[in-house]
Amino acid sequence: MFAFIIRRALQAIGVLLAVGIISFAMFRFAGDPVNQIVSLDTPAAEREQVRRSLGLDDPVPVQFARYLVQAAQGNFGISYQFRQPVSTLLAERMPATLELAICATIFATGFGVLMGVYSGLKRDSALAKLFQTISLIGISLPTFLIGILLIYLFSVTLGWLPSFGRGDTVRLGWWTTGLLTLSGLKALIMPSVTLGLFQMTLIMRLVRAEMLEVLRADYIKFARARGLTTRAVHFRHALKNTLVPVITVVGLQFGSVIAFAIITETVFQWPGMGLLFVQAVQNVDIPIMAAYLMLVALIFVVINLAVDILYTIVDPRLRTTIRQPA
Amino acid sequence: MAEAIEAVQASQPTTWAGRFLDSDVWASFKRSRLTMVAAFVTLLFMASAVFAGLLSPQDPFDPAQLELMNSRLPPIWDAEGQMPFMLGTDEQGRDIFSAILYGLRISLAVGFLGVAFSATLGISLGLIAGYVGGTTDAIIMRIADVQLTFPAILIALLVDGVVKSVLGGQLDGATTLSVLVFSIGLSFWVQYARTVRGSVMVEKNKDYIAAARLIGLPAPVIMFRHVLPNVLGPVLVIATINLALAIITEATLSFLGTGMPETMPSLGTLIRIGNNYLFSGEWWIVAFPGIALALLVLAINLVGDWLRDALNPKLR
Repeated sequence: MFAFIIRRALQAIGVLLAVGIISFAMFRFAGDPVNQIVSLDTPAAEREQVRRSLGLDDPVPVQFARYLVQAAQGNFGISYQFRQPVSTLLAERMPATLELAICATIFATGFGVLMGVYSGLKRDSALAKLFQTISLIGISLPTFLIGILLIYLFSVTLGWLPSFGRGDTVRLGWWTTGLLTLSGLKALIMPSVTLGLFQMTLIMRLVRAEMLEVLRADYIKFARARGLTTRAVHFRHALKNTLVPVITVVGLQFGSVIAFAIITETVFQWPGMGLLFVQAVQNVDIPIMAAYLMLVALIFVVINLAVDILYTIVDPRLRTTIRQPA
Repeated sequence: MAEAIEAVQASQPTTWAGRFLDSDVWASFKRSRLTMVAAFVTLLFMASAVFAGLLSPQDPFDPAQLELMNSRLPPIWDAEGQMPFMLGTDEQGRDIFSAILYGLRISLAVGFLGVAFSATLGISLGLIAGYVGGTTDAIIMRIADVQLTFPAILIALLVDGVVKSVLGGQLDGATTLSVLVFSIGLSFWVQYARTVRGSVMVEKNKDYIAAARLIGLPAPVIMFRHVLPNVLGPVLVIATINLALAIITEATLSFLGTGMPETMPSLGTLIRIGNNYLFSGEWWIVAFPGIALALLVLAINLVGDWLRDALNPKLR
């Protein structure tokens, strides 16, 4: 088991290094960093001086090492469009994205488990069929269409919820939160639902399949034979055993939720990292793109590693079975 | 005995079409009504994309045909609607129905080209990895592993952004389309490569491959002429499901403003444009392209789901 963890950790470092190389290559070769700093009529001698002061005349491996060291210290250079350090920009917007991603995950897990348990227990009921249809639509409909539909229903037609932004936020140290104000909470509802819908359908299908399987197991028959109430059998014995894979999937999917927040944040003009990234792609702001890539890679790798290690502690049988969907 | 064999052979259809109509796949298709509807819808969308020029009342890309008098007309069933603008018009007097047909053409083109590119890339890399093995295999599969860690949309966005920054400046419609095909292809090849590699590992130990080696055929010929046809079944399923994914990815990129430009809009671009009019009451500008996209993707997904079950006897 110790060897397994070491191997996984080495793999994680390998992934991070690979992403680091890509990110460095983007930063260094896609667009000349010097041109982004000097103006059009800067004389060649001065350009050369800027080039040297940035260390761009060093051998490429030296530059790469320096880039990695700086990235590890949280220094990703200066954004071309905002003229501010990328790390400051990302730090400012990280709370918005994390709050959105966490709320979406809670929504997806809560409703996904409820719907999954129900359609697992009463698989032929009309409501269970309705849930199946919803899950097919949830997988087929592009995220942004769901967002537009919600905005049209709840903002334009009914006027209940705001269609963009975070509402009022409260500052707690460096963290800004929308969870403590009414307008902030109202603004969170639609983006969380939009972002969480896909994960909800995923969890629902998983819980349904697991429930169907567990209910056939011998220990459930034994629990029934002992005369336990249906309720105790279903929730104390069956549900508990379906939750291990659910927790795993929720964990593994959290990285995807943060990445998919790019789309949701654009639809709802949510001031998070995803919106920053889309604006960076539109305006070819390479430092932000490279830094975002590194950050997302770090989040993915840390989550994957944590889940892997938790597996070996909780249930060694699961070690190799669950794969993340594309 | 010989007569019995001949009788069986005579009852077998000999033409390609005859064999197809006799197959399990066709029988399963005829049984599933939902699949037939989905296949019909898919074909209808493809046909309307191909014949967009004949079906649409105006050419939405020709400014001479647009009149501001006709701008922001509601659909025909509304009291203010006018012929021939069945689904209404947008701000520039562009007919929504025509715009959808032309947009469909671009969405499908990017989808098909993207799938073709990613399938070619994935199949080739999978064949090489599975057949050659060793270090080559390890390198290709490690790259696949790393890429599989990230959602495809993120990779497509990154590739799109980087290619655009390398090319620089404003790109015309055709170049943007190629960039989109390239970025979609690069984000979806992994699944093909893994599937093909897995099948190749099984196939390459069979006798016919040993025979092909013995008569001295070069490795590329064995790979593409002998191994490839035997591993194509699962690839077809992946390609169908990926067509829906590629169309969604293109629409998402265009919606985010990094895809097709407004001068050559795909369905995603139309939705992005229409989204701006949501609050001023012109719901039809965004609704109809949105419905078209949703129907198309749903229909392709249903066909893909059926195909997966039909081609995989284990699931029956």
